[in-house]
Amino acid sequence: VVEGLALLDLGVSPYSGAIFHETPLIIYLFHFLIEYAELVFMITDVLTAVALYLAIQDFNKVVFKKQKLLIELDKYAPDVAELIRTPMEMHYIPLKVALFYLLNPYTVMSCVAKSTCAINNTVIAFFILATIKGSAFLSAVFLALATYQSLYPLTLFAPALLYLLQRQFIPIKLKSKSFWLYSMQYASLYLCSLVVIICLSFFLLNSWDFIPSVYGFILSVPDLTPNIGLFWYFFAEMFEHFSLFFVCVFQINVFFYTIPLAIKLKEHPVFFMFVQIAIISIFKSYPTVGDIALYMAFLPVWSHLYRFLRNIFILSCVLIVCSLLFPVLWHLWIYAGSANSNFYYAITLTFNIGQILLISDYFYAFLRREYYLTHGLHLTRQDGTEPMLVLK
Amino acid sequence: AVSHYRLFPKALGRLVSALGVRELHLALTQGFWRTQAWGQPPLQAPAGAELWVWFQPTVTDVDKAWKELSNILSGIFCASLNFIDSTNTVTPTASFKPLGLANGTDHHLLRYAVLPREVVCTENLTPWKKLLPCGSKAGLAVLLKAERLFHSSYHSQAVHIRPICRDASCLAVSWELRQTLTVVFDTFSSGQGKKDWSLFKMFSRTLTDACPLASQSKVYVDISPKNKEKELLEVTPPSASVHEAIVQGDKRTYAVYDLLSPSLFNTSRSLNVQLKWKRPQDSSELPIPILHAQRYVSGYGLQAGEISTLIYNTHPYRAFPVILLETVPWYLRLYVHTLTIITKGKENKPSYIHYQPAQDRRRPHLLEMLIQLPANSVTKITIQFERALLKWTEYPPDPNHGFYISSSVLSALVPSIVAMKDVDMEQSPLFTSLFPSSDGSSYFVRLYTEPLLVNLPTPDFSMPYNVICLTCTVVAVCYGSFYNLLTRTFHVEEPSRGGLAKRLANIIRKFRGVPPL
Repeated sequence: VVEGLALLDLGVSPYSGAIFHETPLIIYLFHFLIEYAELVFMITDVLTAVALYLAIQDFNKVVFKKQKLLIELDKYAPDVAELIRTPMEMHYIPLKVALFYLLNPYTVMSCVAKSTCAINNTVIAFFILATIKGSAFLSAVFLALATYQSLYPLTLFAPALLYLLQRQFIPIKLKSKSFWLYSMQYASLYLCSLVVIICLSFFLLNSWDFIPSVYGFILSVPDLTPNIGLFWYFFAEMFEHFSLFFVCVFQINVFFYTIPLAIKLKEHPVFFMFVQIAIISIFKSYPTVGDIALYMAFLPVWSHLYRFLRNIFILSCVLIVCSLLFPVLWHLWIYAGSANSNFYYAITLTFNIGQILLISDYFYAFLRREYYLTHGLHLTRQDGTEPMLVLK
Repeated sequence: AVSHYRLFPKALGRLVSALGVRELHLALTQGFWRTQAWGQPPLQAPAGAELWVWFQPTVTDVDKAWKELSNILSGIFCASLNFIDSTNTVTPTASFKPLGLANGTDHHLLRYAVLPREVVCTENLTPWKKLLPCGSKAGLAVLLKAERLFHSSYHSQAVHIRPICRDASCLAVSWELRQTLTVVFDTFSSGQGKKDWSLFKMFSRTLTDACPLASQSKVYVDISPKNKEKELLEVTPPSASVHEAIVQGDKRTYAVYDLLSPSLFNTSRSLNVQLKWKRPQDSSELPIPILHAQRYVSGYGLQAGEISTLIYNTHPYRAFPVILLETVPWYLRLYVHTLTIITKGKENKPSYIHYQPAQDRRRPHLLEMLIQLPANSVTKITIQFERALLKWTEYPPDPNHGFYISSSVLSALVPSIVAMKDVDMEQSPLFTSLFPSSDGSSYFVRLYTEPLLVNLPTPDFSMPYNVICLTCTVVAVCYGSFYNLLTRTFHVEEPSRGGLAKRLANIIRKFRGVPPL
């Protein structure tokens, strides 16, 4: 960003080079705030934590209300008393979420490094708050802002829509007219705010240069600087012939889980949002630890799934060890010269596998709890023995 | 257009007229001119190959003409100039003004490229010699034998084509082709510690006659006295005349041998100029040039670094401006907000900056600045950069050798201590400068700094298949787990009858009389 501002001062368009890839709104924001950069990043982190706190507080109320409704409707099996959540245990969850975000070493690192990822996180947190509070307009505006910053929050449109439909008690049936009406309303709000923001950026710098520099850069991955993601080494070692094909495959991979997840998790849009944010952070073209901090902040919300998690010990060990090894192997490769790029790449692979298995573990635990809620905790077979539960 | 090919080589003439070239300057250099040890260079060129061309205003597609030109020149000179493309070509705005006649200088007609990795060898000398009217068969060019010429510390051959006035009234324009060859022989180490030299020792040949097509053929030996002492050196055979000229602000005396004068070959059939020093010289007191520069790269590790340029102005009381042109390849990402210029401990703001940032895989960085150098000062210019990771096919065959950054160019009008007068071109063509100067009080100097070598982080080149498989495995793990969770539902497991192995084991157990599994 500092480079972009220096280029602007020299009278050269910041996008004429290949270094600056942030949006014009960020340039103008920092034009005024560059003196107080540390303070700005601390404030954005605090704002994110506060937004998450308020959002989860509201969400807990919604969960409790829904649970009460389902109990009264007798949807639950009789012996699931220990799986029902009580206000007592849910009382401290918003505080835990806020603390998880603020005290996460990843958040601290990203704040110290003054990475603009913190601003992206703040916008997404405000979007979540607006969605959970039920304001469709604000949610569309914040989602447009988040999409404008980095392209991937586009996939969060589906969970937000599902949540707002649920809140308005509109059933999700393809034939239902009110469903289509509401979706069209929300989609048009979102698209209009996106168009307004993009045109505003055009008028700020008087050129459309920022579109290939920001979005073309995210989509075509020209810069192969090592990061914690999977893309960089893959494209560094790719045969030229297939490079376009694999860029398309990798980009589709991010957007591709939205529809199946929407079909499976249409009753639980906030969990869907969590899984979607995690998928974005793992598979986006230039991931940073700030993105990871955002979805990890949600883990206390699902602490009641702990008894169903299968591999949580190994996965947390993997994640902690990989985080510690990242800087070590980076130093060995770049500065000491006694290691290879393969070492750093291996840690990237392991870290990403750890994250993927963490998310799928939570997903498994969530689905299993739903099954137990509807079918009863103590299952017996016809001959009275304890059965195994498998996915078939 | 070129129409007479009696002296002008046809290859270059056809090239100039076909591609609409107004000025062409090509230099192929091996080695670096050590200003501290050898003094001010007569005409310096950067290490490797340098090509800069002004096109005629009638050329519509300059980039296409540039590409064709570099390819044709690469064929003529047997040099790999065909590697000149948009990733190493820049369009300077302030340096490299035309040296010949010009009306209007639209800098979009100028292209400049340097290939620092280019190696110069005998294959490049041969076509250069072929461009001469007599070739290497007669005249001074008989001395230019490759095996001696390349046994040197510095070797630079250049070709300059420009339009000039045919005479003083400038009613007609001619094409001038200037071929220069600059070689530094190290006679000290090969001559048993003595600095005596002779033509035979340097070139293993002597001069026998002049080229019949030449209107002038002269040998000049610099016998300028240092510190007003005479009789420090002796030149044999004694020269018929002595010429005095002011070269680069310095008054110099030359002994002249005119190969066209009949008296030269009276005594012997061949001319072997020898120079002997009367007293042993322990240290050479070469005058420190008024403007000289150094460049180096600092930093550690493969992530970032810093390029520092030091420019020295040793004139005791005059300050003058200098234009610095830096071309840095795109894979070293310069951060222009880290650019600092410090003179005598204080910040020095340049009066003109033109910065064109690089675009990945398309064009290099271009930084041009006009910096005022105060008298008797050292100016330090630093800029930081980050190293990029390239795709594995973009590395040269020897990736750990490093990547070259081409020399930066300093152009300045240096004030001279001695007043210079305009030299008549007919009388002494050697001393007419390639660079026009407006008055006699300063001379134009173009200096080049060292080329730099930087290492980039390398991926492992033996692993493309492995990387593709491993990364796709990780993506498949995610896809697989999500597929399972999304498309399957929980069921209570039916007790299974057991696989084939279990059934076989049960059969064996039944035979043994042991309870089944």
